[in-house]
Amino acid sequence: MANIISDETIEYVGILAKLELSDEEKEQAKKDIGRMLDYVDKLNELDTSGVEPMSHVFPVNNVFREDVVTNGDNHEAILKNAPAAKEQSFMVPKTVE
Amino acid sequence: MQITELTALELGRKIKEKEISVREALDASYQKIEAADGELNSFVTLDKEEAYARADEVQAGIADGSITGPLAGVPTAIKDNICTEGLRTTCSSKILYNFVPTYQAEVIRNMEKAGAVILGKTNMDEFAMGSTTETSAFGPTKNPWNTNHVPGGSSGGSSVAVAAGEAPYALGSDTGGSIRQPSSFCGVVGMKPTYGTVSRYGLIAYGSSLDQIGPIAKDVSDCAAILEMIASHDKKDSTSVARSDYDFTSALVDDVKGLRVGIPSDYLGEGLDDEVRKAVLDAADVLRQKGALVEEFDLSLVEYAIPAYYVIASAEASSNLARFDGVKYGYRSEQYEGLHNMYKKSRSEGFGEEVKRRIMLGSFVLSSGYYDAYYLKALRTKALIKQSFDRAFEKYDVILAPASPSTAPELGKSLSDPLKMYLGDIYTISVNLAGLPGISEPCCLDSQGLPIGVQMIGDCFHEKAIIRAAYAFEQARGRFLTPKITGRDCMADKQKMTKQRNGCPDAAPSGAGEAPTAEIPAGDQCVQNGTDAKEGE
Amino acid sequence: MAKQYETVIGLEVHVELATKTKIFCGCSTAFGAAPNAHTCPVCTGMPGSLPVLNKQVVEYAMAVGLATNCQIHQFCKFDRKNYFYPDNPQNYQISQLYLPICHDGFVEVETSAGTRRIGIHEIHMEEDAGKLIHDEWEDCSLVDYNRSGVPLIEIVSEPDMRSAEEVIAYLEKLRLIIQYLGASDCKLQEGSMRADVNLSVREVGTETFGTRTEMKNLNSFKAIARAIDGERERQIERLEEGKPVIQETRRWDDNKEYSYPMRSKEDAHDYRYFPDPDLVPILISDEWLQEVKDRQPELRTEKLERYKKEFDIPAYDAGIITESKRMADIFEETTALCKKPKKVSNWLMGETLRLLKEENREPETLDFSPANLAKLIELAEAGTINQTVAKEVFEQIFHQDVDPEAYVEEHGLKTVNDEGALRSVVESVIASNPQSVSDYKGGKEKALGFLVGQTMKAMKGKANPAAVNAMLRELLA
Repeated sequence: MANIISDETIEYVGILAKLELSDEEKEQAKKDIGRMLDYVDKLNELDTSGVEPMSHVFPVNNVFREDVVTNGDNHEAILKNAPAAKEQSFMVPKTVE
Repeated sequence: MQITELTALELGRKIKEKEISVREALDASYQKIEAADGELNSFVTLDKEEAYARADEVQAGIADGSITGPLAGVPTAIKDNICTEGLRTTCSSKILYNFVPTYQAEVIRNMEKAGAVILGKTNMDEFAMGSTTETSAFGPTKNPWNTNHVPGGSSGGSSVAVAAGEAPYALGSDTGGSIRQPSSFCGVVGMKPTYGTVSRYGLIAYGSSLDQIGPIAKDVSDCAAILEMIASHDKKDSTSVARSDYDFTSALVDDVKGLRVGIPSDYLGEGLDDEVRKAVLDAADVLRQKGALVEEFDLSLVEYAIPAYYVIASAEASSNLARFDGVKYGYRSEQYEGLHNMYKKSRSEGFGEEVKRRIMLGSFVLSSGYYDAYYLKALRTKALIKQSFDRAFEKYDVILAPASPSTAPELGKSLSDPLKMYLGDIYTISVNLAGLPGISEPCCLDSQGLPIGVQMIGDCFHEKAIIRAAYAFEQARGRFLTPKITGRDCMADKQKMTKQRNGCPDAAPSGAGEAPTAEIPAGDQCVQNGTDAKEGE
Repeated sequence: MAKQYETVIGLEVHVELATKTKIFCGCSTAFGAAPNAHTCPVCTGMPGSLPVLNKQVVEYAMAVGLATNCQIHQFCKFDRKNYFYPDNPQNYQISQLYLPICHDGFVEVETSAGTRRIGIHEIHMEEDAGKLIHDEWEDCSLVDYNRSGVPLIEIVSEPDMRSAEEVIAYLEKLRLIIQYLGASDCKLQEGSMRADVNLSVREVGTETFGTRTEMKNLNSFKAIARAIDGERERQIERLEEGKPVIQETRRWDDNKEYSYPMRSKEDAHDYRYFPDPDLVPILISDEWLQEVKDRQPELRTEKLERYKKEFDIPAYDAGIITESKRMADIFEETTALCKKPKKVSNWLMGETLRLLKEENREPETLDFSPANLAKLIELAEAGTINQTVAKEVFEQIFHQDVDPEAYVEEHGLKTVNDEGALRSVVESVIASNPQSVSDYKGGKEKALGFLVGQTMKAMKGKANPAAVNAMLRELLA
């Protein structure tokens, strides 16, 4: 494998992705990502110099809405699926110490 | 002919002519589901009560002329990543096991206006990530042609529901082949429209720049009619395109004289199953005999589509799936210490392996120092792939190709080697990268008795060209076979009855770290049935 | 000899735009609603929801860019900034990294050292986050998404400022420009204008920049000034002790006058920006840009120039009046109605400022109608009411925006111009104050003032003082 993923990298990506992997899963992930990147490296065979990165396939621009209020009080629907709620708000573990 | 064997348009006609009531149509579907779904597991949630209430409404609407449309009153099944107001929508993931949207996807609104009646939500690969419908937290769906095989994916549930006669038609979504590949594995017709043709509002995103909703049906006529119903310019979706032509059924013409058809020779080489190659070339002959101009050509860049796709789709997915964090909806871990641990626990317990794999990969390729090398490189490759299709469509109206390198693999053989599984998407993925329309059309069975599908790809906004080609092919082929369900009777499966509209106790989160268990027992625990199975014409 | 240090400051200023709706959905941006009352699937990150851009946001951002001498990126895009926090419902913020709408501008500010030019690196559009309320009773926080998706522009300056004075002058300048454009009310206290301060120190004469810190949670000009001084001292202290300054984000505690690191091992500060696939690019045509240019209102500098030419009011007054867009609007509208700029200016500079100060209010909060002030001025000019009554009526206008004509009528405050009535009152005042009368006749001018006062009192203030004065002189002559 050309791409060797270190323990630190897996740890770091876990922090970015907010995923907690077991040691076994980490080993597997190192292998999987390494193999995928080896495969993705195939793209380096292609000369893409001067090619604009294409985010959207069609050149559609300027899709706007007018500044007009269309929504009313919707809090009941919005909170309906909340795992925890209190005082019309979503409840989460304390965010400051 | 039994109700469940009718195409959606045939059933719609009989409903309109009062030969069959909407309730009778529903009865037929639910009876079929009860008989077969214990084995097939194509549904995640059934919506019986609401469906019958809706049936009465639609029946009245048809009677008073307020609901017209050729599919009025015809039951349908919806892939479980499309938000249905008041009806649980899970993406076949534990992380959304109890999510009941309070808003309607735009496609569902369009279908409601046309008098559709929703039977329930269909199983899929978790968050549409997979090609086998085995990554579902609700257990795998099985191929009705042989229940030891996968139905393909990610829209496996929808394809099976149609193939098995559980639903006259269904909706799927296609990010890298997720409509076309399972349709080809199940012997049904599946179509991915041009990007922007069907609103994505309410479709739970996997790869936003690639996702499109599309129809899965028994024949091309149904497909065209369904697309006509669901396609619209939606102001809620900034990537929705205002088209001038939504009259897709006008292309249902048995005439391909002069139609220029190209077969990429790079699609016919190594890795393609011989039987599939033969089927594709036979299909080409059919079109040729009908007057189409068929030739092989070099599409080029074929081998770069998969790596580019996995970088783009994983990157978008890592961001799109960040919102599943246990704060606003869905699964929250029961045990955690503080905010960040709550995030990590909920997500690690809520997502399955394949989803985590792609989120990790996507987070990595976007992370500091790698963005240019991976993400931008993939977007540049995408531009080149689009250019090579643009060049091809200067010469051809339709590109004819396999839908998949092989027919449906056996259950349990794919997930162990993800990279190999990804390679199976080689003929479908570039269509998503280039935003093109593609249709998968069954042509025959292989030596194992599994369906082979052929794919027709059109230029952007040229659905009509592929509808016409597929329709002409279908006229020559005749009505396709229906599977004899080789599975067993699962009427005794009491778990099936617990599938309900809101929430799902049997899918409730289990202990930390434990993988969600499959809801449906393995086929060999069931008793042989087969009474519903019947050879097609 | 002790080393001399220079402070280098750059600012990131967030301004909430004055749109009616959020940046990507049709929810109201109004303040003060119950928690989550102004939310929908889009601004709460519900699965399957999609953003659609509010056109007004683009126009406000362009207007601010033009007013701060920026170049406009006529092709610009939105990117996703990925980080997990509960106030950010999608766990990414839609912002602009790669192609911000405005770039390379500047503003000029007046400081004690003269005019300074502060460079603007870029201005980009983005969405605001929700609000977290920390529950005292249960060990939890509550999330309210009413602010989630409120449009912001972030104005990123170059590291061109060297002192708190320059920073405040720069902020004041931005505030004035944006208020004049009507793009925001720029209230620091309510958070519609917020500044993060990037600060580093270096030895005087050094070319390279020192390591900077970013300070957040600054909600008044005074706090910003204190934070700059506090952070400068802290950094110098570290350097003097031979410790390096660490590049980090710090939270200013204005009570303790000290900044604290906002660090967590869970924050990687790797935002994985990429173009948002749910939004399409913005293409600003030359025509559109020109339309926005043509609509640009007169800004303060131009207004000040015009006042000098157009109105005969002191330069100082013009300066004060134009310091608030609201005040300037009232001045111009009132003047247009009564054609007496001097009088209008006097009311604004005198009573209006006095009452604002007394009530600790900002001029932007003025809410009386120019029509009523114009009527008041006309009533006073015509002698219908006298100056004392006018001040009383003005307080009513200032607070309740009363119609002065109706108010004067209702409360019987009109100056009595009936000569017969006045004469009889004056005669009786003369009769009952013989001492003052003889004092006046003996040459004490002051005594006349007393008699005028007595007359006014007897007439309950409704007499015209000049008329009273004249009649007294006539009768005592």
